[in-house]
Amino acid sequence: MTMRVLYFAWVRERIGVGEEEASPPESAKTIADLIDWLATRSDGHAAAFADRTRLRAAIDQDFVLLDTPIAGAREIAIFPPVTGG
Amino acid sequence: MIRIAISEAPIDVAAELHALERSGSVATFTGLVRGDDGVNELRLEHYPGATEAALTRIAEEAAARWSLVAATIVHRVGAMRVGERIVFVGAGADHRGAALEACAYLIDRLKTDAPFWKNETRGDVATWVEPRDSDDAAAARWDGS
Repeated sequence: MTMRVLYFAWVRERIGVGEEEASPPESAKTIADLIDWLATRSDGHAAAFADRTRLRAAIDQDFVLLDTPIAGAREIAIFPPVTGG
Repeated sequence: MIRIAISEAPIDVAAELHALERSGSVATFTGLVRGDDGVNELRLEHYPGATEAALTRIAEEAAARWSLVAATIVHRVGAMRVGERIVFVGAGADHRGAALEACAYLIDRLKTDAPFWKNETRGDVATWVEPRDSDDAAAARWDGS
């Protein structure tokens, strides 16, 4: 399963790219599992994902909790809590 | 009538207000870049696609809940200076109570439910704005009532 992963704000800055392709293993069932797997990609990924309590996510542009299954997702976004307005 | 806009262009409050004036009451809120703690530039990043969907959902919810005649959400993105407008929301209804409440709802929900991130520059140092618990509390007061 291949998906597009998007990053925003300081998550994007620490990783160094705004988006990338990912083909996580079957064992990665949830967004939290995906983050564990992505964290091994580089020091930047590890730094961005060091504190899971500061991460939020969306699947196919809908906000979801980190324990949400990723099966069937085309686009996953990982970012800090929002601060607009 | 619902109007959603996300743009790097300055917000024209007079034009937005005029577009809302289709009923007996209009309430609006404008957010500006504050410079009180040394900020000299603000940058707004967003999640294209998801932002438009989130703003549309917030406006539609307000329109249904208060039977609005018009609802507008306009949000700047990109770089802004102190004193510039970041966000404008407005609600038009037949009576002031609905317009005022819907306006408060629009800006409270925008703070927690729309994918925008603020980056502040003070001198040469840029930092990402941390979320505030008070924003969650302000948004939560609309739940279940």
